[in-house]
Amino acid sequence: MNIYIYILVMAAVTYLIRMIPLVLVKGKINNRFIRSFLYYVPYACLMAMTFPAVFFSTSSMLAAIAGVGVAIILALKGKGLMTVALAASITVFLVSFIPV
Amino acid sequence: MNDTKKIQFRSGLKDGIPIALGYFAVSFSLGISMVASGISAVEGTVMSLTNVTSAGEFAGVKIIAVGGTLIEMVLTQFIINLRYSLMSLSLSQKLDKSVSFWKKLIIAFANTDEIFAVAMNHQKSLTLTYMLGLQSIPVLGWTAGTFLGAVASDLMPERVSVALNVMLYGMFIAIVIPVAKKSRAVLIVASIAIGLSSLFYFVPFLKQVSAGISIIICTVAAAGIGAVFFPVKEDGKETGDDKNKTESTIE
Repeated sequence: MNIYIYILVMAAVTYLIRMIPLVLVKGKINNRFIRSFLYYVPYACLMAMTFPAVFFSTSSMLAAIAGVGVAIILALKGKGLMTVALAASITVFLVSFIPV
Repeated sequence: MNDTKKIQFRSGLKDGIPIALGYFAVSFSLGISMVASGISAVEGTVMSLTNVTSAGEFAGVKIIAVGGTLIEMVLTQFIINLRYSLMSLSLSQKLDKSVSFWKKLIIAFANTDEIFAVAMNHQKSLTLTYMLGLQSIPVLGWTAGTFLGAVASDLMPERVSVALNVMLYGMFIAIVIPVAKKSRAVLIVASIAIGLSSLFYFVPFLKQVSAGISIIICTVAAAGIGAVFFPVKEDGKETGDDKNKTESTIE
């Protein structure tokens, strides 16, 4: 089968999933439960995607733990996204040279 | 473009840089696996430009490699990417009044995990201009990374791409931690999500569940518990609506 047909199907499904809820919901939702639920969605979703996957995303878990540790400390200190992300990345890079 | 729009666009561009760097590393490895699966650099680049989704594309490449059916492709993409519908729902509540139906069609295109995360963390309501700025560099980085990965598989040392990949996780941590520090409710919701996702990662039976589904279950459960036990105030104080008022007069 032509690969572009696969790609078209993938793109269509992915776009519809993203687009339909965005255009269907008009204005602010007033239901308190749904509003509260949606308020917590980003935090729940981001943490579910990050942990524990991040610990298995590098060649050594030590590097991942160090990277996460640095990210948490800097985030607690109120550093911005770019700073935290770069510091975590550099930490993982440096620690990955330590033989385990 | 007037001054306000210029400022919004630039602020979006700036917020998109860390996302783009992380994307570059991930899509580079995606490009490598595409070539290994018999997909050409051009086909892979078109896929990344039109899909802009990591897990969905990795899964799609596997299905193409084994010559799977289109039904299989639809179901896989649906399950893996269903989380985006939750994100779009959440995002709809933060859009500026100026965002019309047609503008929503554009914003929806690149509502990825990371763009959603940064958009929700933005201090103002979301305009099309800001979102275009925010999405443009990451989409470029994602597409360019795929292309370069496909044509130059062994240029980037694994050590570097792995470290760049961690940037995305670092960004997620940077978004959640400051809020969890101030709000006990968010801390609890985040902890529940981590606990549940760990169960799906380690418990033998639950390990069978695909990553796409487990993220949805963890998100719905943790956010649902949060909504039951810590409903946000009617004045919208916890949702940050008070900060958006100044922005809604723009345009």
